[in-house]
Amino acid sequence: MAILAVQGMSKSFGALKVTDDVSFELAPGEAMGIIGPNGAGKSTLFNLISGNLRPDSGRVVLDGRDVTYESAMQRCSSGIGRSFQIPQPFDHLSVYENLLVAARFGGSVSAAEAPGFCMDILERAGLAHLATHKAGALPLLNRKRLELARALATRPRVIMLDEIAGGLTDAECGELISTIRAIHAQGTAILWIEHVLHALNAVVSRLMVLNFGRMLMVGKPDEVMAAPAVREIYLGIEA
Amino acid sequence: MKNALGLLSLLVIVAALAVVPLFGLRALVQDLFMVLCLLVLALNWNMLAGFAGLVSVGQQLFVGVGAYVMFAAAILWGLDPLTGGLIGGLVAMVLSVPVAFFVFRLNGAYFAIGTWAVADIARLSFSQWQALGGGTGTALPRGAARDMPGVQLLREVLGVSPAAAVDMLTYWLALGLVVAMLVASWIFLRSRMGLGLQAVRDNPVAARSVGVDPVRLKALVFLLTAFATGLCGALIFIQTGRISPDAAFSVIDWTAFVIFIVVIGGIGTLPGPIIGVLVFYGLQRLLSDYGTVYLIVLGVIGIVVMLFARRGLWGGFTQWTGVNLLPLEHAPPKRPDTGIRRNTRSVHGE
Repeated sequence: MAILAVQGMSKSFGALKVTDDVSFELAPGEAMGIIGPNGAGKSTLFNLISGNLRPDSGRVVLDGRDVTYESAMQRCSSGIGRSFQIPQPFDHLSVYENLLVAARFGGSVSAAEAPGFCMDILERAGLAHLATHKAGALPLLNRKRLELARALATRPRVIMLDEIAGGLTDAECGELISTIRAIHAQGTAILWIEHVLHALNAVVSRLMVLNFGRMLMVGKPDEVMAAPAVREIYLGIEA
Repeated sequence: MKNALGLLSLLVIVAALAVVPLFGLRALVQDLFMVLCLLVLALNWNMLAGFAGLVSVGQQLFVGVGAYVMFAAAILWGLDPLTGGLIGGLVAMVLSVPVAFFVFRLNGAYFAIGTWAVADIARLSFSQWQALGGGTGTALPRGAARDMPGVQLLREVLGVSPAAAVDMLTYWLALGLVVAMLVASWIFLRSRMGLGLQAVRDNPVAARSVGVDPVRLKALVFLLTAFATGLCGALIFIQTGRISPDAAFSVIDWTAFVIFIVVIGGIGTLPGPIIGVLVFYGLQRLLSDYGTVYLIVLGVIGIVVMLFARRGLWGGFTQWTGVNLLPLEHAPPKRPDTGIRRNTRSVHGE
């Protein structure tokens, strides 16, 4: 059975349909990439799945349970973790405390286990040396790392990553890929919105293409990237 | 080490304050009583605005309700004022439930105005309570305060007049309330819920996405501060002995001054309100002969601090020196060798 199933999801802002009848399933432990031009409704889809936005119609089913009417914090506790495209750190808390909140609430980690648990994630995300720094003072790159680390601290069964590879150097991107592969290897299902295709293709086994809120195509990465329709809308190449 | 020193100095200050009534003049005891009560109110408002992000301009609602219920208990039901004060605090807390139901639908400035409006509705409603003097108010019956448990004992042990014994008792209760507020705030803010609360204050959307329920935490703080504020309101008016709707529900005395104290001292820190109340008291003593000028100076100082020292005097001090009394931070565990790292990794396997 799918760990996450989205069925007939639609959302409009006024006359603009930002998500239009999107349906897909994610198998346990599967990694799927989501691509599409700017404004295709990728982040909106994440907000609908995480519960930050209410859909006009459609359902979200997590591990066989309908969570469409659950709040964002309930869904987090049930196992949906997310990062934000524009980082949303808790500015006045330290980097370590940012993770501690996530671990103690969404992750239900005990008080005794939480410190070691959080430091371990910080080390993997390359933030351990900044643990005591205030999150509000971090530069953009480390804010993105914190987004990933904080989402991991909620102990998600499905983690949704929203453009975390943009702006990284090749070496940093390589580190990020190995971090995400390690998450994947532990059995966490991944939904990943990304414009950096080589990073995406190093991890995911399927790609979904969104355009004007509609699902254009789903399939193996090389098949999807070879499809004329995708090349036209995504790469701007005439078929 | 620094923390132990800070804690010790706080204990010394509390002990010094505790013995003041044994030596001090009654005027000083009465002054300090009001300082301590303002500090209780400031610690409560700091919890609301500084930690829960609830900028209320209506906390005089709970001061007034606590005080009026205490008066009702003493005059109408024949209870002693201390029991009445406790009931006052509880009634304030119960009242905060329907109030929260209305004002929690509002955010930011709308929330502030909403709380103010509710407090003013209460002021007007209580001025209709003819049994307690309506709009002009009333006084505690002679002897009501003197019948409080403990007053007789103080008179016998210390050989003081009844009025002085009442002053002493209310003073010590106010001091006790300050200590209880400080200890309770510190424990709460260092707890899991306190951490969640600070996350909500910084970013409610992200807090929801890591599993924190903002409404539940904010409602809890609103409820508990209503209780403590109501208790403090009752205590103030036991000592004053007279009540009127305008005095009990005064937005200037119980909210504007309190906001000034917290902002000057350092909002969102525990020692901030303590520093703020000292500055406020000093200015009051210095400028009380100049009437209106006093309020103008307070306003100007408030504006200057807001513009140039946003984190208040204490916030600026900690930034400057690195010294932090009553720190709220959770320190990350020390990791000297990498062996420990491998052991804790098993947590992920669950």
